[in-house]
Amino acid sequence: MNGVREQLASRTFASIAMVIGVLWTTPTLGLLISSFRPEQEIKTTGWWTVFGTPHLTLDNYGEVLSGGGNGAGRLAEHFVNSVVITLPSVLFPLVLAFFAAYALAWIEFRGRDALVVGIFALQVVPLQMALVPLLKLFSQGWLFLPAWNPTGPARFGQFWFAHTVFALPFAVFLLHHFLAGLPRALIEAARVDGASHGTLLLRIVLPLARPALSSLAVIQFIWVWNDLVVALTLSGGTAETAPMTVRLASLAGTYGNEWQRLTAGAFVAAFVPLLVFFSLRRYFARGLLAGSVKG
Amino acid sequence: MPFDVVAQQPKLLYLLQGVAAFAAVVSLLLLALHRGRVRRRAAALLLLAPALLLLTVGLLLPGLRTLGLSFTGTGGDTWAGFDNYVWMVTDPGALVALRNTLAWVVLVPLLAASVGLLYAAAVVRSRLRVFALSLVLMPMAISFVGAGVVWKFVYAYRPAEAAQIGLLNQLAVAFGGEPRQWLVDSPWNILFLIVVMVWTQAGFAAVLLAGAISAVPGELTEAALLDGASRRQIFWRITMPSIRPTLLVVVLVQAIGTFKAFDIVKTMTGGQFGTGVIAHEMYDQAFRYGETGRGAALAVLLFVLVTPLVAHQLRARRRAA
Repeated sequence: MNGVREQLASRTFASIAMVIGVLWTTPTLGLLISSFRPEQEIKTTGWWTVFGTPHLTLDNYGEVLSGGGNGAGRLAEHFVNSVVITLPSVLFPLVLAFFAAYALAWIEFRGRDALVVGIFALQVVPLQMALVPLLKLFSQGWLFLPAWNPTGPARFGQFWFAHTVFALPFAVFLLHHFLAGLPRALIEAARVDGASHGTLLLRIVLPLARPALSSLAVIQFIWVWNDLVVALTLSGGTAETAPMTVRLASLAGTYGNEWQRLTAGAFVAAFVPLLVFFSLRRYFARGLLAGSVKG
Repeated sequence: MPFDVVAQQPKLLYLLQGVAAFAAVVSLLLLALHRGRVRRRAAALLLLAPALLLLTVGLLLPGLRTLGLSFTGTGGDTWAGFDNYVWMVTDPGALVALRNTLAWVVLVPLLAASVGLLYAAAVVRSRLRVFALSLVLMPMAISFVGAGVVWKFVYAYRPAEAAQIGLLNQLAVAFGGEPRQWLVDSPWNILFLIVVMVWTQAGFAAVLLAGAISAVPGELTEAALLDGASRRQIFWRITMPSIRPTLLVVVLVQAIGTFKAFDIVKTMTGGQFGTGVIAHEMYDQAFRYGETGRGAALAVLLFVLVTPLVAHQLRARRRAA
């Protein structure tokens, strides 16, 4: 009796998993299929009819990447912006947080514990708390700080600054936790051998911290690439520095029925994070387990 | 204007300059650390200075300034006392945003954790576990903006006489209903936005909970099986108590993330049709209408609401680890 019941239970479980799996993938699949359909067909028939009459084309991708006209996506330009914004915004906080975490974990000095608590506590500050003054600071300066409102590509510096700052509390928290867990004997043996903090940092701790750094890099990469609120605030509606998320959001708002652009645009924007996700899935999952709260 | 590679070169050049400048600063710092015998305090200061400086200028001072701005009027130069906070609890638009945020924060963690738990329990012993978890985690990799587009398409509306292109309306029609504008009809439209957030978050819950479930010692469940316990009993009496700390972390993390939800609303409705939430209203007030005082007050509210959850979460995480 029990055996039958068990089998039934595991069948139920399997079908629940199937249903959730289908529900979670069908919407994306529908959009993906549609992105390859001609404009006229996307707008007049459901994507599920494609299985009867498959007309597929790459036109939508061509148009959304580099087509002319106002409503065109011009996502190729915004793709470059996303790259220029994201790479330093991953590298800078990673390096700086690593330095800070090392100092907090392995150098003893007065006031250290208070500093650790202080930096951790900054995790509660939502980035929305900083946006308005940050924008004012950039445009007008504040107290002893000069305005920093460059034109041209130098505006990307503002993005790097903001993303680095917003990433630091969580990055320091995570790396400190990891570094403090390294075997004390190892660090002390190196100290006794006369290694400076510089040597220790680069030669011994850095290689050991690689898993934590990789997880953090993947999470931060996906976060910055997908960010909308910081980008929208800093790019202020100009196309020159806006990343793809900003462009896609504005296409969805202004040209909400131009599905041929939206479908292809969504996948152009998602292509890189999906690539990162699937090739570095292990690090991504590990980063999630370590905690992905920020901002 | 077709895509012009040459026009993009200044950006890439600036990228290289930026990274090179950063590398130079870091090298100088390391060089200083190497030179001779640096005292402990000096070494600590060198390593901490960049991070501390950035946090002070970019987060701490702006945060305090936002607090100050929340007591000022339009433009931020006149004293307004508690006007902005009074506005927040009396203005119909702001109240709708508060109400919606409450609905989001209750429903998203609840639904995402439930679906995640169900899915995790179903796939955790499967051979396809890694694949199955990737499937539901994938929405996290495409942005909230991308998720917004995906679901906007699911909700797409065509008049009854035309063929539907949105999956949901196609289903509605197939079951004999009328096609509806899911994102327009208040108040149910907020539920259709919440679904999108749940869709992006359930994978996170599933991955964390699958980890917790597989960490439950096998001897425990086997012993219970030998004693004649059913699967249901094992789940409720053994698995659930063991994974409770992780479940708490999942719910807290998602509640925190949901408080700050902005992108989905921005992409799908732009806050129209009574779908505003605090984070979105804050952005609109501060950056679209130039009401920096009101925007700041909403940011402070967000801070006050999130703080206990983050504090609790950090403690819960330490316990779960």
